[in-house]
Amino acid sequence: MKRTNIFLLAGCMILAGTIFSSFEDAPTQQKKPARKASTQKAVSAEVMKRGKKVYESYCLACHQADGTGVPNMNPPLAKTDWVTGNKKRLINVVLKGLDEEIEIQGEYFSNPMPAHAHLKDQEIADVLSFVRNSFGNKAGQVSLAEVKAERNRMK
Amino acid sequence: MLKVSFFVTVFSGLVAMPALAGGSGCSDTSLLATAARTLVASNAASEIKVPAGFVAGIAADGLGNARHIAAATDGILFVKLERLKNGKGIFRLEDANKDGVYENITGFGNYGGTGIAIKNGYLYASSNEAVYRYRLNEKSEVLNPEAPDLVVTGLLDKRQHESKSIALDNAGNLYVNIGAPSNACQLVDRTKGSPGQDPCPILETAGGIWRFKADGKSQSYADGTRYATGLRNVVGLDWNNEVNELFVMQHGRDQLSQLYPEMFDAQQNAETPAEEMFMVKEGADCGWPFCYYDLQQKKKLLGPEYGGDGKKVERCAGKEQPIMAFPAHMAPNALLFYTGNQFPAKYRNGAFIAFHGSWNRAPLKQEGYYVVFVPFQNGKPTGNWEVFADGFAGVEEVKSPRDAKHRPCGLAQGADGSLYVTDDVKGTVYRITYKG
Ligand code: HEC
Repeated sequence: MKRTNIFLLAGCMILAGTIFSSFEDAPTQQKKPARKASTQKAVSAEVMKRGKKVYESYCLACHQADGTGVPNMNPPLAKTDWVTGNKKRLINVVLKGLDEEIEIQGEYFSNPMPAHAHLKDQEIADVLSFVRNSFGNKAGQVSLAEVKAERNRMK
Repeated sequence: MLKVSFFVTVFSGLVAMPALAGGSGCSDTSLLATAARTLVASNAASEIKVPAGFVAGIAADGLGNARHIAAATDGILFVKLERLKNGKGIFRLEDANKDGVYENITGFGNYGGTGIAIKNGYLYASSNEAVYRYRLNEKSEVLNPEAPDLVVTGLLDKRQHESKSIALDNAGNLYVNIGAPSNACQLVDRTKGSPGQDPCPILETAGGIWRFKADGKSQSYADGTRYATGLRNVVGLDWNNEVNELFVMQHGRDQLSQLYPEMFDAQQNAETPAEEMFMVKEGADCGWPFCYYDLQQKKKLLGPEYGGDGKKVERCAGKEQPIMAFPAHMAPNALLFYTGNQFPAKYRNGAFIAFHGSWNRAPLKQEGYYVVFVPFQNGKPTGNWEVFADGFAGVEEVKSPRDAKHRPCGLAQGADGSLYVTDDVKGTVYRITYKG
């Protein structure tokens, strides 16, 4: 019977000492590396301070103080391609929200991300510059003009 | 829809071990048990704090997002996974040598989900939109792993609060939670300034418990009854055989201070609203989305989306009141009435509740991540709740949920009266026994 064979195999694997490594699924690695910081202007302390305030008022509840999110519910903002990658896509997550199955580091999330179109363009630029340079992220600043451009596209 | 090729092992390294695939020179299955015992010795069993006289060990580990668990009368366990692991959604666990470590683990079922239960020789399991059942033989082997009966189908799954927890009574009925895909039925969910909908259209197909025939085929909304309503999301529920009634644990609403900062501060948000336990009879209305329970004021209050101000009661006076309320946001994910003889008398007919642990207390530290006990007699609590098993998180303080190494999610009473607790972070199954 098939099952018996499989128990034997499993026993062999443990014998081979592979139990710990094989038990856990390694998290899927991010495909794209973060953009090089050197090509980007450093984000000023002033922007970081303003962005942190916006983060604490509007994002922290779901994405948590350390940007690690809530397993299976709200995704992390630490080292995700959504955060450090394409700025247009990132700005649109905040303006329009997100409610579709996305995968980050092998995980999926059941909550919806509400639209934050009620935030001012400057607040969005600040908070996104903040998250792109917090929680171990290092990526370029999001400018007011970039947020305005995406906001205009919505009209 | 279901296509399961055959039973496979949970060990994901299998295909990567061609040298061993022949199986030659490795014919002693007891090696597996030995290795598993080593695993226990080196694992976090001792980190779980239980009352004097109890012992917590690890029955199995590395099972993935282990959600609910069901125990058969002969000691076999079945664990439902939220996401497939190695292509399987249900694991069958067997402890052949009865040492408390479940060394024989096989998988079947190609759907993720939460609910699992055993009744009258059938194993019931749920995906996020359907309930299936499997026939078990006298050894609790699954006779139709590839072709279960489709008992219920077409239930609402809009990602949020998607799990369909199940319970069965003694009269041939199956109870299914259909969580509301919403926080408080705002026109635009979780969005500041968006009004609450009154009436709330979600309540027609979700936000309650639906009852179906346990032996029905392909039943959907039209074939079932909305048994109880006004329940935002229930993950833990159990049929109490002492009083023959359904008991449920509601996950209370989130984000009072984020949506209404002028009314609630971070501290109030962290402490409000309570997680509620209800005994629900047919037709019960537990109040969501209009009402929430304030643990400090010990009252059901009108939600701010519906004109509430943190004091007004209005229509909430007429809603079902909780039989017990617990601190906010702790996420009760499993409820089990203990009917065994192994534990001391105080535990008989009492309720164990597995709290998954909070996230919406941030920026304050998180709470929960433990199993509590509530003494009961004749379906009524006879004392306050107390922490029964703690230490799952494995850290002093959970600042954000990802700090927690394990989160309690499912409960089952074993044939010998042991209590099993599943964890959906690492897929650990704990076994708690009483040694005296
Ligand atoms: C109510 C909870 C909630 C709030 C508040 C919230 N988010 Fe989200 N966020 C989510 C969820 C849930 C997702 C994933 C949605 C999905 O899977 O479709 C998400 C996705 C994202 C993503 C893309 C995925 C990732 O993790 O990289 C970014 C970026 C993001 N949010 C940033 C923010 C920022 C910035 C704020 C504050 C302005 C914020 N969020 C506020 C819940 C929230």
